[in-house]
Amino acid sequence: MGLFSKLFAGLKKTKDSIANKINSIFVGELDDDFYEELEYVLISSDIGAEATEEIIDEVKKLAKKQHVKSADDFKKLLREVMVNMLTEVEDEQIEYPVLITFVGVNGVGKTTAIGRIAHKFKSEHKNVLMVAGDTFRAAASDQLTEWSKRAGVRIVKYGEGTDPAAVVFDGISSAKAKHDDVVLVDTAGRLHNKTNLMEELKKISKIINREWEGDYKNYLVIDATTGQNALSQVETFNECVGIDGIVLTKLDGTAKGGIVFAIAKQYGVPVKFVGVGEGLEDITEFDPVEFVNGII
Amino acid sequence: MALFGSLSEKLSHVFSKLTKHGVLTELEIKNAMREIRIALLEADVNFLVVKDLVSKISEKCSGERVLKSLTPGQQVIKIVNEELTALMGSTNSKLTIASKPPTIILMCGLQGAGKTTMCGKLAKMLKKQGKKPMLVACDIYRPAAINQLKVVGKSVDVEVYDEGTQKPEKTAFNALKYAEKKAYDVVIIDTAGRLHINEELMTELKNVKKAVNPTEILLTVDSMTGQDAVTVAESFNNELDITGVILTKLDGDTRGGAALSIKAVTGKPIKFCGVGEKMDDIEPFYPDRMASRILDMGDVLTLIEKAQAAVTEEDAKKLEKKFRENSFTFEDYLAQFDQVKKMGNITDILNMIPGANKFKLNASMIDEKQIARNKAIIQSMTPYERRNPDCIKGSQKKRIAAGSGTSIQEVNALLKNFYQSKELMKQMSSGKGKFRMPF
Repeated sequence: MGLFSKLFAGLKKTKDSIANKINSIFVGELDDDFYEELEYVLISSDIGAEATEEIIDEVKKLAKKQHVKSADDFKKLLREVMVNMLTEVEDEQIEYPVLITFVGVNGVGKTTAIGRIAHKFKSEHKNVLMVAGDTFRAAASDQLTEWSKRAGVRIVKYGEGTDPAAVVFDGISSAKAKHDDVVLVDTAGRLHNKTNLMEELKKISKIINREWEGDYKNYLVIDATTGQNALSQVETFNECVGIDGIVLTKLDGTAKGGIVFAIAKQYGVPVKFVGVGEGLEDITEFDPVEFVNGII
Repeated sequence: MALFGSLSEKLSHVFSKLTKHGVLTELEIKNAMREIRIALLEADVNFLVVKDLVSKISEKCSGERVLKSLTPGQQVIKIVNEELTALMGSTNSKLTIASKPPTIILMCGLQGAGKTTMCGKLAKMLKKQGKKPMLVACDIYRPAAINQLKVVGKSVDVEVYDEGTQKPEKTAFNALKYAEKKAYDVVIIDTAGRLHINEELMTELKNVKKAVNPTEILLTVDSMTGQDAVTVAESFNNELDITGVILTKLDGDTRGGAALSIKAVTGKPIKFCGVGEKMDDIEPFYPDRMASRILDMGDVLTLIEKAQAAVTEEDAKKLEKKFRENSFTFEDYLAQFDQVKKMGNITDILNMIPGANKFKLNASMIDEKQIARNKAIIQSMTPYERRNPDCIKGSQKKRIAAGSGTSIQEVNALLKNFYQSKELMKQMSSGKGKFRMPF
């Protein structure tokens, strides 16, 4: 897993990684002060107050039971608890042919994610089609076209301002005719509290349900720097079209993406892919153990 | 965020037992501080800033005024609000204009923060103020980024200067010469989104800065950013010595605690915010109002301003009189629809109402189409019926429904709604209602 080492490198760039912080606050005694500090440490990774509380309660209980004495043992225990939180989520595998739409708020990196995921499927010898469903943002389809060239896959696109549902409809027809294995649909970024834009998404989803016979997934793309608002995003997009997985982007910065713990706990949505850079190869399937090791 | 009740609600819960015995105990204060801490963290205020704030608030709350107050919950909220406002600063800071044109604005930020769109919004705003702005495309990395800026420039009718994927500092330098020749007085430079830890790209940005010596270096930050906002803002500030911040995507439902963190850590003012997808959707940033938003207390000030712009004083007085006399008719109802519409998008208005999040009030509940249908129903009434709704019986309802293309059920629903509103006004004007302001 060369990519996760890249993720590691990214996360390690922060001088004060969680592990270092634990070392510095662990002075032998697991007392209230220690847990309060730990709470701040977890919260600083955007894990959120509620999920943090759950993690700490669990760790506290187990630490007492197992008579944890050293900082290393404690870190090991903490990692276990956090990995459990992520693996408790039910995760369905995809079946080919599959159509995946990528939804999310503006600027999270949907188009870039699609480019890299297309490359990934392509390197697994799948026939991939991209559908440029973002007909709103200036030059969005140009951007996706560039990615389709880099990844060497087909693309269906129309001009700006076209009804995205129509693009999706034609994309599906094309995919059926050419027997594609994977159809990746880009959508315009939309803030989840804009009702009319969410209705548009529903319409696209309805057409897919009607026209596409294969497996259909909706992935919500979330920027790792996003704070607690990500929960609101999951809730609303889930209500609108049903979310099957999360794509966590921009993990190559200093943000740790701790929000996925709260997402797993409150909504039971699994993380599918993790983006760690802008290159064609910089995306990887999510591995809870590696991820937790990366942040602690 | 609708997931967590508003802070004021939580605090009243903490203090609810208090009214019974009258004196605040240390434990109650501790619980209250915990609620405040969580509320601020859930709003994405950086934990170090929270720590500092809570200790300050705690100190003030132990004061006699709160302890002996009959409404300690509200007193505490007031202190929280005051502290937040103090931290955010209270005045709106304006764009610095160079004494000798052109004014050079360098935009920077992470990927996806909304720089390119913001460039267009700034250009349009400046154009409206009588300036002659020009845009410069220096994002040479993202596929189609230059093209995106060109499309944006075209939509606001502003020239976009580019030299393809040449070194950004060269493009920026040449753009400046070009601007002077063409007498442009503001030059806005769009740059590639970059991670604050990417040294190579930060050096590139520093080179652009050196090449053009900008009047303003504005860091664009997504208002949904979490704890990392501080790290990002600090790095950009250390490397470039930014002059201000632009907060984007504030039209979402984020509480925007990042704003507080950035101000606290860098001390640099937030100058503008992006509040929508259209090129006009840019507003000056009012720090004091942000405090209320972080606490989910709504943006009452902006709401009042919008209302004032849409409703003349005379209209308001007339309406108030009608409220008092309870002589409110469908004609007034119709006028109200138009006034609300003048205030802007219903969703935006809802977002400013205190506690709107808590009640999960959102645009799907207030359907703009339904308002249009209700208007059609009223417009299908005769003037007499509008003034005397009591006379609307079966046959009239049938005619109104047919005339407005709706159903009798919808006419009934509107009538019911109207009588309820009237009843509500009666209660309010007689002072018997259970309406209390939050403060």
